[in-house]
Amino acid sequence: MSTETPSSVPAPAASKTNRLGLELATYRGSKTTLCAGCGHNAITERIIDACYQMGVDAKKVLKFSGIGCSSKSPAYFLNASHGFNSVHGRMPSVATGAMLANKTMTALGVSGDGDTGAIGVGQFVHLMRRNLPIIYIIEDNGCYGLTKGQFSPTADVGSKAKKGVVNELPPIDTCAMAMELGASFVARSFSGDKKQLLSILKAAIAHRGTCMIDVISPCVTFNDHEGSTKSYAYAKDHDEELGEVTFVPFFEDISVDYEPGSTTEVTMHDGSHLFLKKTAEDYNPTDKLAAHRLLHETASRGEFATGIIYIEPDKEDFLTSLNTVDIPLAFLPTDQVRPPKAVLDELMDELK
Amino acid sequence: MSSPSVSAAPAESLSSHHVVNDFSISVATVNGSGSQTANLVLLRAIFQMGVPISGKNMFPSNIAGLPTWYTIRVNHKGYIGRKRDVDFLVAMNAETAREDVMSLAPGRVVLYDAPLKLSELRDDLIFYSVPFDEIVRDVCPNAKLRRLVKNMIYDGVLSHLLSIDLGEMVKALSAQLGRKPKAMALNQTALEAGAKYAQEHFADIAHPYRIQRMNKTEGQILVDGNAAAAMGCMFAGCTVVAWYPITPSSSLPESLISYMRKYRMDQETGKATFAIVQAEDEIAALGMVMGASWAGARAMTSTSGPGVSLMSELAGLAYYAEVPAVVFDIQRVGPSTGLPTRTAQSDILSTAVHSHGDTKHVLLLPASMAECFDMAGDAFDLSERLQTIVYVMSDLDLGMNTWMSEPFTYPTKPLDRGKVLDEAKTRELGASWGRYKDEDGDGIPWRSVPDGPGPAYFTRGSGHNAMAQYSERAEDYVSNLDRLAKKYETAKGLVPQPIEDSVAGAKVGIIAYGSSHWAVEESRDQLRDTSALPTSYLRVRAYPFPDSVEDFVRRHDRVYVVEQNRDAQMLSLCRMDLDPALQTRLRSVLHYSGLPIDAGSITESIVAQEKS
Ligand SMILES: Cc1ncc(C[n+]2csc(CCOP(=O)(O)OP(=O)(O)O)c2C)c(N)n1
Ligand code: SF4
Repeated sequence: MSTETPSSVPAPAASKTNRLGLELATYRGSKTTLCAGCGHNAITERIIDACYQMGVDAKKVLKFSGIGCSSKSPAYFLNASHGFNSVHGRMPSVATGAMLANKTMTALGVSGDGDTGAIGVGQFVHLMRRNLPIIYIIEDNGCYGLTKGQFSPTADVGSKAKKGVVNELPPIDTCAMAMELGASFVARSFSGDKKQLLSILKAAIAHRGTCMIDVISPCVTFNDHEGSTKSYAYAKDHDEELGEVTFVPFFEDISVDYEPGSTTEVTMHDGSHLFLKKTAEDYNPTDKLAAHRLLHETASRGEFATGIIYIEPDKEDFLTSLNTVDIPLAFLPTDQVRPPKAVLDELMDELK
Repeated sequence: MSSPSVSAAPAESLSSHHVVNDFSISVATVNGSGSQTANLVLLRAIFQMGVPISGKNMFPSNIAGLPTWYTIRVNHKGYIGRKRDVDFLVAMNAETAREDVMSLAPGRVVLYDAPLKLSELRDDLIFYSVPFDEIVRDVCPNAKLRRLVKNMIYDGVLSHLLSIDLGEMVKALSAQLGRKPKAMALNQTALEAGAKYAQEHFADIAHPYRIQRMNKTEGQILVDGNAAAAMGCMFAGCTVVAWYPITPSSSLPESLISYMRKYRMDQETGKATFAIVQAEDEIAALGMVMGASWAGARAMTSTSGPGVSLMSELAGLAYYAEVPAVVFDIQRVGPSTGLPTRTAQSDILSTAVHSHGDTKHVLLLPASMAECFDMAGDAFDLSERLQTIVYVMSDLDLGMNTWMSEPFTYPTKPLDRGKVLDEAKTRELGASWGRYKDEDGDGIPWRSVPDGPGPAYFTRGSGHNAMAQYSERAEDYVSNLDRLAKKYETAKGLVPQPIEDSVAGAKVGIIAYGSSHWAVEESRDQLRDTSALPTSYLRVRAYPFPDSVEDFVRRHDRVYVVEQNRDAQMLSLCRMDLDPALQTRLRSVLHYSGLPIDAGSITESIVAQEKS
């Protein structure tokens, strides 16, 4: 199991514990039951790494999922966190409710491309609109794994299912959708790209608002063959990195050697820093129009733009806008939630 | 101004008898014409005179332009169920006027808008013709407002014809419009103009229906069931509400929003002790409620049949994963388009076994305003105690119509948050704790809430063992299902128990629930007084049935189950749950026209079945 961090950032002490004094093992979950080599397992590993490296308090994390192979994975990380495996496509509402009850928690949701893009697309849309604080990961394999290989709405035109059927319908680009609808952190990565995915996840942990991360995650059993645009081979060849994503959490010293000319720096709401090392093009992830252009251009070339595509660090999130009292609603004492008798008397008098 | 039409003959013959405090008024208008204020003023003025009343709105599923009937029943004995026949018709809607007039029994009264010329239709009714347009022209210079103000004129006319104290009308009006002085002044002028017109023109016509002061409403309130339930939710400590608009449910969450904003929000900082979210649909609404309850909040949603249908899948998960949730179902008739604004008790069966898999649920069955209030509190307590979804089965008649009630009682019982692990219990159970383990033998496990002192666990649907570990083993599934069944048995002792009114020697029993209650009470008097048929009565207030339901059936030769649906849904539940040997005793009284059930229909049905 890797604990590597981006080379330019100092690793959190060489010891085997993080800033909470916890070992990596404490961030693990139950043993995976997914196929060996499934992209989803690699994403699970990165989630464990990111939470460990960021010193996340697992007791303050809520894990959510819908239904699918992908949605099983919250059982495989963060055993110390409460988890809710809901129903197909409805994880956004369940997560929203839980966060309404306790706004001090960190929500981490895992969905599939079918769970999100087909049955759950309505709830997905409204989750993005609300900018609920949640890390929402789509483990995107372009097919339905758990029901054995049917097309999902992110399958590309021309991709072939195992039984030979060719998909004719255009795919949904969940990143473009999320951006359009109001998510304040939108990224795409590839389950096989350890370094980039880890950086993105760490930045997402520091962000407050909806972090929509589409992770291309090949299904080795049903969708990792030639002709599938979500296979390992295809993703490796057609992945256009936006640049190197480097994330420096607020608790780390940023005395590292960035070349100002070639990086974009974004300050996260908790004071962390996100650096995007430029490739050839000048890419500014806070420019929504540029982000849309990028997605369209790469898609038309049959490529995936990966990295942090869009970020709006200061956008107000849903829970903040509701302006609830500081104590989580779940734990309010009776005297704060049951008005005194005088209130009932007043109401009764008005109705007499 | 035109002179009133006088149908002398019937007026003469009827003038000798007065009906005092026992009749019904039906105001026929088009919806969107602003008649609601006038109707409430009329209702309230009679109520203020101490006479028992009820007000029912029969309205279309439309914003403006379709027929609406508002019926007020006045009854000195306190019968507040619907009365089938109309005694006094106020005909303001050209479209329905003829049909409305033709359906009246002889000797009844019609007050109508002069251009409708209704007196030509029949000669066995009493007619009062009022030139509303002429009167309103004088009192309301602003042409745009005339359509609204017109309604207040019929209130004025009625105050004279029915001997309703004009002062009470003004008082009732100020309760509605007191905070808008301009509107108040304008409407009061219209009211007075109507009364004056009636005084000047109808002195010679019989006034067979009268209101006389009584003291039967003192200390009582006038309220609708959705407002009552909303208050109940607020005092029950509800903290999270997610909902999707649907008639006849919307006014529940909307009332709740206004109460919460007034009483549960810091007026300076705007900091709230609640979160209310209008969800994208009912599936999301229940999903949010379940997420919130799972995380420890008291959460509810409110909907009607179509919304309940959408919630079905998640309801099954709530049952299996043992997540509390409170769902109000303000029942209406079937699918949208057509009659969604009519009442029914037709979601009983589908809700009792809502969802896929082996599920069965707790239903609460409020019959009164006080129960809409109290059962809101019961629903939260039960759903947290039993860790399951609880439905409060109200209906359009209760939810949206205006009812008299004793003022509600302030809840003094502490909130029952159920078996949630606190520090002490967590320590006591230690490693032996299992989320789905029957620790206490009542089928109810101990729940750990995120961010609380208890250990974390993973919540999922059917595949888990007592320790909440993933399991597909048959034995685990069966033992979990059996424990859930045991929990359901426990529920029987916790839900609101039936209320029995037994008459010594009565061989016939009646079982009813919810809004049918009022018509049943009246029907029992009719059966006793006119058919010499004494009946005992069991009002069921919750499902699953406590043992007393079976007991009641056992003690009677024939038991009529009265309900407002076509297929005898409650009777079907009785058939499912009670001793099969008792089934031949069960009979049905069904009412499914979309109008609230009335006593006469129940009486006729029982008398006919008793004869056969
Ligand atoms: C209401 C409902 N319909 C259908 C299913 C069957 N089902 C289970 S998983 C799944 C698709 C999952 O695909 P995806 O979300 O892409 O996840 P993956 O398994 O590929 O990770 C379907 C259709 C279900 N569980 N619930
Ligand atoms: S079927 Fe595909 S998605 Fe499911 S576990 Fe196997 S590889 Fe992963």
